[in-house]
Amino acid sequence: MKSIVSAVAKRLATTAIVLFGVSILIFLIARIIPGDPARIALGPRATVEQVERMRETLHLNDSIFVQYGYFVGDFLRGDLGISLYTNRPVMTDIAQFLPATLELVLLAGFFMVSIGLPLGAIAARYRGGWADHTIRIITLLTVSAPAFVWAVILVLLFSYYTPLFPIAGRIHETISIAPVTRFMLIDTLIAGRLDGFLSALHHLILPAFALSLSGIGQAARLTRSNMVEVYTQPYIEMAQSYGFSERRIASKFAFKPSLIPSLTIIGLDFAALLGNAFLVENIFAWPGISRYGVGVILQKDLNAIVGTVMIISATFLIANIVVDLLVAVINPRIRYAEQSD
Amino acid sequence: MKRAATILLGNPLSCLGLILVGFVVLTALLADFIAPYPEHAGAVVDFLNANKPPSSDYWLGTDVVGRDQLSRIFFAYRISLILGVVVLTISVPIGVTVGLLAGYLSGWTEYLLMRITDVFLSIPPLVLALAIMGLLEPTLINGMIAVTAMWWPWYARLVYNITRAEKVEGYVLAAEVIGAGKVHIMFREILPNSLPAIITKMTLDFGFVILIASSLSFLGLGVQAPTPDLGSMVSDGTRYLPDSWWLTVFPGLAILIAVFGFNLIGDVLREVLEPDL
Repeated sequence: MKSIVSAVAKRLATTAIVLFGVSILIFLIARIIPGDPARIALGPRATVEQVERMRETLHLNDSIFVQYGYFVGDFLRGDLGISLYTNRPVMTDIAQFLPATLELVLLAGFFMVSIGLPLGAIAARYRGGWADHTIRIITLLTVSAPAFVWAVILVLLFSYYTPLFPIAGRIHETISIAPVTRFMLIDTLIAGRLDGFLSALHHLILPAFALSLSGIGQAARLTRSNMVEVYTQPYIEMAQSYGFSERRIASKFAFKPSLIPSLTIIGLDFAALLGNAFLVENIFAWPGISRYGVGVILQKDLNAIVGTVMIISATFLIANIVVDLLVAVINPRIRYAEQSD
Repeated sequence: MKRAATILLGNPLSCLGLILVGFVVLTALLADFIAPYPEHAGAVVDFLNANKPPSSDYWLGTDVVGRDQLSRIFFAYRISLILGVVVLTISVPIGVTVGLLAGYLSGWTEYLLMRITDVFLSIPPLVLALAIMGLLEPTLINGMIAVTAMWWPWYARLVYNITRAEKVEGYVLAAEVIGAGKVHIMFREILPNSLPAIITKMTLDFGFVILIASSLSFLGLGVQAPTPDLGSMVSDGTRYLPDSWWLTVFPGLAILIAVFGFNLIGDVLREVLEPDL
């Protein structure tokens, strides 16, 4: 266990440093913009006294270092300030909207791995053949259009022309579920509503698939190239001369070693999924962080913009730690190192 | 150069890519002459012909104020290409320099530069661009700044990895032994050897810059009306689904064609220039 623990500890330390850097970057971006944040917050009709009082509450009269200190202190206490857009604590807003986005991103991530990896493995197994070429063209196509274009095409094909999936929303409108975790799939199960669970899943599939398409392409292309490299190793030739079937060689000797580098990069692609969720939510009227995020950006709602970016980055960094853990668990080099301890 | 041309013309995929990219570049350059209704690139209103499906007069239909979609797509390509050129000419040198410095100089420089790179990479690109765009004003220039800010770290990371691998190679050691300066080694020895990887990535990225820029304007934070833009065309059209499908499908396909073209070329280049990647 020792090596995994130390790997995780090291990773957590790096993550903390990076998150600290993110906070400085976001804070700087938010402070260098032209205009007085207090004036922007109160609008053009506020009096000078009101603006001055607001500057005092926002600590804008202190030096930039003191301001940053307040910002970090508040963040660590889970206080991201009040959103000018909704007049509620930014944390409350994010807690309300983020789960819907995460649900979408997690299912998209599942599609990405469960469809992308096998596609890449098939392409590598039949490298140079027609299956390889077909998969290459398909995966190049999927990465060549933004998620909103795929969302539009999928909605036209599978919601309007052949009504297989709902057009918008998270759950059938006649079903009301009390929010507990705000993850619809979990809340419906807590409420004991199987029909609700199925309806929520039904609503989730098309947007998640639209979101995952370019990720599927990337995962497949990555798996293919990593696996083709493994195929050049002498031990594959040895396995072939031992008379193992090509299928067994592909799944046991070529796919598994290629999984480790692929998974690490797929973890990074999670950032793209979180960002692209903004595009897909828009088409499917999905009540996630996107509408809130774009809303606060258009309103120049500083607290909310900073808070949203911080939370999304933190989510991404946590997802990467989880991926690294997975890799550490499946990587025999780390696993066996710990047995010999 | 000659070798690259032979490679690209010899592969059916990259040939298709060259045709698509050639189409996009030509329509963008010649938009004023070949667009059926060049004046429709601006704020023209023609309610008699508003929201018409594709016909012989308007091959790709008209938008909700009666402008020819084909003409607007040609002019939108022009904006997309300008954006791609500007973003890459600014972000690639920055990223390459950071990568070379971090990879060659090691120690504190390496640690500091790569952590800064990590910071930028740990904010989802679209979210970073959105935040910058939102805090500045949504104009073409600011759009370029936003996309550039999210683009350089990828080059920093690419060149960093190459530099770390190259600096222990014989030719670098030889240069060090005869007393070549650090700057000379980084920019005259290591950089030329990382060029194939950089150029390949730039080809692929040209498509992705177009893609990200269209995503920003899709969210209403890119190029502003009446300047034609593929992302905002799709966004405007989504309200009229499914009846006026041409409003969203054609601009969407226009993005796909451009990005796919660059990706085909980049993919073939990568296969030939860096067989080990």
